[in-house]
Amino acid sequence: MDRRLFLKALTGTACSAAAHPLMTTVTLAGSNGAAPLGDHRLVVVILRGAMDGLDLVRPSGDPLLAAYRPNLVAIPGPDLTGYFSLNPRLSGLMPMWRAGQLGFVQATSTPYRNQRSHFEGQDILEAGTGLDLPDGRVRDGWLNRMLQAVPGLTSQTAFAVGGEAAPLLQGAAPVSNWQPDLRLDLSAQSRLLLDHIYHDDALFREAATEAVSLTESMDSTRMSDGTAPPPSDDRRLADTTRLIDFAADRLREDTRIAAFSLSGWDTHRNQTGSITLPLRRLEHMVLRLQDRLGAEVWGKTLLLAMTEFGRTVAENGTKGTDHGTGGAMLLAGGALKGGRVMGPWPGLDEAALYQRRDLMPTSDVRAWAAWAMRGLYGLDRSLLETAVFPGLSLGDDPGLLA
Amino acid sequence: MTPDPTSAAFRFGYGLPLPAKAPTDPAAMLAALRGPDVMATTHPGPRMADLTEPMALAASLLKTHRRTQGAEAEAARAQYRQTVAALQTTALNAAKATFARALDAPDGLRERLSWFWADHFTTVPRSRDAAALPAAMVDEAIRPYLTARFADMLKAVMQHPAMLIYLDQTISFGPNSRVGLRRGKGLNENLARELLELHTLGGGYTQTDVTQMAELLTGLTVGKKGPTFDARRAEPGAETVLGTAYEGDTLDAVLRALDDLAAHPATAAHIARKLAVHFVANDPDPGLVNALTSAWQDSGGDLVAVTDRLLTHPAAWNAGQAKARQPFDFLVASLRALGLTGSDVQRMAEGPFRRMILQPMAAMGQPWQAPPGPDGWPEAPEAWITPEGMASRITWAMEVPGRLVTPLPDPTALMARALGPNASDRLHWAVPRSENIREGVGLVLASPEFNRR
Repeated sequence: MDRRLFLKALTGTACSAAAHPLMTTVTLAGSNGAAPLGDHRLVVVILRGAMDGLDLVRPSGDPLLAAYRPNLVAIPGPDLTGYFSLNPRLSGLMPMWRAGQLGFVQATSTPYRNQRSHFEGQDILEAGTGLDLPDGRVRDGWLNRMLQAVPGLTSQTAFAVGGEAAPLLQGAAPVSNWQPDLRLDLSAQSRLLLDHIYHDDALFREAATEAVSLTESMDSTRMSDGTAPPPSDDRRLADTTRLIDFAADRLREDTRIAAFSLSGWDTHRNQTGSITLPLRRLEHMVLRLQDRLGAEVWGKTLLLAMTEFGRTVAENGTKGTDHGTGGAMLLAGGALKGGRVMGPWPGLDEAALYQRRDLMPTSDVRAWAAWAMRGLYGLDRSLLETAVFPGLSLGDDPGLLA
Repeated sequence: MTPDPTSAAFRFGYGLPLPAKAPTDPAAMLAALRGPDVMATTHPGPRMADLTEPMALAASLLKTHRRTQGAEAEAARAQYRQTVAALQTTALNAAKATFARALDAPDGLRERLSWFWADHFTTVPRSRDAAALPAAMVDEAIRPYLTARFADMLKAVMQHPAMLIYLDQTISFGPNSRVGLRRGKGLNENLARELLELHTLGGGYTQTDVTQMAELLTGLTVGKKGPTFDARRAEPGAETVLGTAYEGDTLDAVLRALDDLAAHPATAAHIARKLAVHFVANDPDPGLVNALTSAWQDSGGDLVAVTDRLLTHPAAWNAGQAKARQPFDFLVASLRALGLTGSDVQRMAEGPFRRMILQPMAAMGQPWQAPPGPDGWPEAPEAWITPEGMASRITWAMEVPGRLVTPLPDPTALMARALGPNASDRLHWAVPRSENIREGVGLVLASPEFNRR
């Protein structure tokens, strides 16, 4: 059977992909007692633009690194394993690393090869379907297909947060989308009058009620703890703060899955400067999430940050890097057995590189996500290898969870 | 039968108030549609003739930038950015023109049909320099064919660079063609599949048909001067699609296949249903769908005959508003109700146009020319009337009109003008009770009856 059709059959989108609502109408939180997914939280972050994995987790133990990228390694970062070191802009994560709540995967990628297009790379990363992608209609993402396998979910179980579409959460399973920037500042009178004019139209009534309750809950959490952004926070991190706070507040309640994206990783020139802000946002995101979730929920949380592909091993003529293949992944959370750089290391010898230019991928990024979902939610291996990531072979258990 | 003007405005146009000289009975609406496309000249859009050269320049500058070092590379980069910025400005102007046409058109039906067909043949820019391609395709391959045969529109679309680039036809090679063998390149089935699945049949084909169609389409590509058929890329030999063999590695063979697909009964049924779903209801009256299908088949896919049947079928004029206005429709209807014209939109600077129109439209779930896939925008009201979508619509309705129009219209008068007899008792009760004009206007525009059609 054609794999594409197979996938459609599984996801029930065979006849009416176009008729599927982007999301279902809303059931308010708290309407179901026991969350069907259990207590674990999964946060998936898509790092858009191809994050340079070799700059995130530097193989400083190999003298070739400085030869390939003299400008990029000028400022050393804290040691991780004796061979790998962390980008100095992420030094704030070291306590988390030492606590075993931060880890990395090196030399990983989707099955996408050769073309190195952001557009296709992100499509493949989020669809999780391997190389069968050019069909833009099977656009449910792997995270949504995972949800489709779990009965009894409400739309509050999973949240796609932020203005950028999160295709990995799109699909037939109920999911909520929200942009923390959306405000609904209504006078009491307007609210009353809107209630009145929506009264007889269930579709409008439910959507508007949910919109009001979401914005109200955001405002009230903000007021209750008077959260001014922490002193180190500047305006450029404020967006990230709002995103994380919104996600964290949902995750503390009935929400089990949150997804959003962080962009700005396409560092073709002056990378040492241009990667600074995205790295600071990444660091801030992880620390803020830990802080905002509180010890108990953080202890049940796993965050995966992944990107469409890595970047060239050698820096280019403008002190940046170009689109490559093998990349890195960041994992964090109290549920993680961290303090490790995972994945077979292919080395930097020219002969070991992919097409003599990129880090050779030694693992499939989907397999790490699959093991994470298996560990957190006990999903069947066969389900993961067919419905969620069709055609994937999971391989050996990396033991991601603490 | 004589349908009422309000229904005509909501179902087949962009709402009330109707522009001057707007036809409201089916015969007059059809006559206007067969007349000249006045809006295309009043608010002109981009043409391929203006885009081909800068796009080729951008491509060659990018190549220079990648191949060279230092000052030469920097110069190429700077000129590339400039060229792409100009193309993006063209695309932004095209977006304004699309709003302006919808606002000004006396025959709203032409604009609504253009939107329907542009969505049926969805294209999305795949790179920044391609930003204006979808608009060019609308003007060159959709609007001139609204009253032609479907086969003619199909053939124009399938040879337009917007489609050939979007669905990867430009990187599809016959594996045994001269170029394919020399460069080790092969088939890309993307366009072939969507041609069968989305653009024509809607189902009932096999993977073999897709592969054969893809082989038949090889040769069709975009050259330096525009769309072309390059026999050196075409897979040699005959291809068989749905049991018919197409001989000859020529454009003519491709066009014959497109004619056959257009004439296929499955195509008639597929598109007849889509029309009914788009204009009337997600679960349309089967009698209406059947009538449209027979009109299509009896006329050989003559779009005038099909549109005529749509406008004259009783089920197309039934009561009720089963559909939700998509964000574009909502914004056009709001701007029209507030009294803005096409030239008001054309005069807006880029910043305000983005902040007050395009960004809110994206927040409502419809980023400009970026539908989630080649099947275009969803039709179900539930896809649009979401918490996020409603928060964005309500916020826009309450906040933006005051920045566009001074003074704001009296809310009760606005309600009468924009909704006519469709305004509900509940809205009549609520609008006069709003605390101020701004919120009163917001209530009208955020009301279910204004957001449905």
